[in-house]
Amino acid sequence: MIRWLAARLAQAAATLAVVAVILFFVVRLAPGDPISHLVGERAVSAEELAQLCRRHGCDRPLPEQFAAFVGGLARGDLGVSFSHHRPVGAVMLERLPKTLLLGATVLLLNFTVGLALGVLQAVHRGGAIDQVLTGASLVAYATPSFWLGIVLVWLFSLRWHLLPAGGFADPLLDHADLATRLADVGRHLVLPALTLSAVTIAATMRYQRGAMLEVLRRDFIRTARAKGLPERRITWRHAWRAALFPVLTLFGLWLPLLATGSVFVESVFAWPGLGLLAYDAIGSRDYPLVMGTSLLVSALVIAGGVLTDLAYFALDPRLRHEALGPDR
Amino acid sequence: MSAPPRELLARTLRRPGARAGLAALALLALAAAVLPPFLPDPVHQYDILEARLLPPGAEFPVGERHPLGTDHLSRDVLARLVAAAGVSLRIAALSVALSVTLGALVGLLAGQLGGWVDAVLMRLVDGALAIPRLFILLLLLLVWERIPLGALILVLGTTGWFATSRLVRGEVLRLRQEAYIQAAAALGAGHRRIIFRHLLPNVAGPLLVAATLGVGDVILLEAGLSFLGLGVPLPTPSWGGMILDSKAYILTAPWTSVAPGLAVAGTVLSVNLVGEALREALDPEPA
Repeated sequence: MIRWLAARLAQAAATLAVVAVILFFVVRLAPGDPISHLVGERAVSAEELAQLCRRHGCDRPLPEQFAAFVGGLARGDLGVSFSHHRPVGAVMLERLPKTLLLGATVLLLNFTVGLALGVLQAVHRGGAIDQVLTGASLVAYATPSFWLGIVLVWLFSLRWHLLPAGGFADPLLDHADLATRLADVGRHLVLPALTLSAVTIAATMRYQRGAMLEVLRRDFIRTARAKGLPERRITWRHAWRAALFPVLTLFGLWLPLLATGSVFVESVFAWPGLGLLAYDAIGSRDYPLVMGTSLLVSALVIAGGVLTDLAYFALDPRLRHEALGPDR
Repeated sequence: MSAPPRELLARTLRRPGARAGLAALALLALAAAVLPPFLPDPVHQYDILEARLLPPGAEFPVGERHPLGTDHLSRDVLARLVAAAGVSLRIAALSVALSVTLGALVGLLAGQLGGWVDAVLMRLVDGALAIPRLFILLLLLLVWERIPLGALILVLGTTGWFATSRLVRGEVLRLRQEAYIQAAAALGAGHRRIIFRHLLPNVAGPLLVAATLGVGDVILLEAGLSFLGLGVPLPTPSWGGMILDSKAYILTAPWTSVAPGLAVAGTVLSVNLVGEALREALDPEPA
């Protein structure tokens, strides 16, 4: 187990290193230089420009810049944000919890609603329920999240005044008691979570339906039927458990979807997380910050992959056997 | 390919969803190609004071109808919608052609040559796949104030091939176990001959599916980038740009936002319906 974990972690670290190299060269390969954007429309002297360049290290040769970049990374130093004038790491850390709250809510919705709908589809395969749900998930998957968010704000906030249009909490409730404040955050969470769930639940349903259909064809299900067990028990006691397993791979798919979606959804709803941070960084052409968010998001995706493998490992004794050899 | 092209097409079109999707796409492409001369200039501003945010069907000036109304700068929404369709379809088709070619090449090379070539290429692909595509694009697009369309296509094409190369490599590794490929190698066929005569025709099916689904992804992605202000340069109309413009007027003029949103969703849905049907036609689900 320990050896397997060590090998998997080493592989993850290698991937992260490749990510860092790719991101570094992507920025250097793009035409134009970030410093000119830092200056913007202001008139600056050549001297000032050279000084800025020196401070950000762009006057040194490429290999040296790369070494400085890698050295910084190793110390957890991601540079200083152009627009916040603070270390990128600190700025991101501040925003991380809010994105995690949104992401966790979306994952929870996926694990409950998404999985249940997928099972429902598989059980009624080809029937009216399956067709309607398949259609709905295809539509949800094709709908741009930022547009869906705007439409939901239009209907639920601007027209019907049911939910807040954006933000994390009502500033007027700053001094209210904890329960009121929590309920307020909950109300702010509804629309962004729904928007971000639409596209991920569509993907979850598809996978769960496929996995479930595959399981329902297996021998042990036929045996259960032959024993005369009620259909409901077969679905939820026997088949669903086996089908949950392949769906774990989805975790790896969700994280990039969530990361991408949160840039759009957080910007539409002004949800003050990492996505909005990245969106604002685009507007102010804040290179170090965009770079930092990209790195952080990629690291989360890689960590998600390791967690998925660990879950496989914990759930499937056959895999454990294969990886560790028969006598351990 | 596992089935001859004619039979594959017939099997794909047996699905009503695929027929509807293909018909919708053909109609959209036709509209984008034929309609513009009959519509107002998509960037023409009629009258910024008198004709802004006119509702669908309004007339301005007398005798000129705007079936989908006008936007906040008094431009005809239908004309912009149609012009944006042309832009979006062109970007998607060209960038996917580029990314599928790159993905096929890398996958074929890695799978056929094996050894350190395979190891290096696949480590790179592993890394690239861990970065959500949007973030690579953000870093690449940030430097441009207004990006030329050609550069946008190039950027989208060169960031979309990682998963395809993975897929092709997997197929190649599987095919190399087959007797006819081993026979070809035993007869002294070189890498080039094996790749282009034997492997490429056999990965054409999965490539076609990847390309189709890739078109849907790129249309969504381009709309998103344009919404962020990093995609199609102004004043060229784009669906994402139209949604961005209309965000502030959703309460007073919902049509300016609803039309482009439905256009994106409808187009991507059509593409995906065709892609799914193709996938199933190539690899029928066991009953």
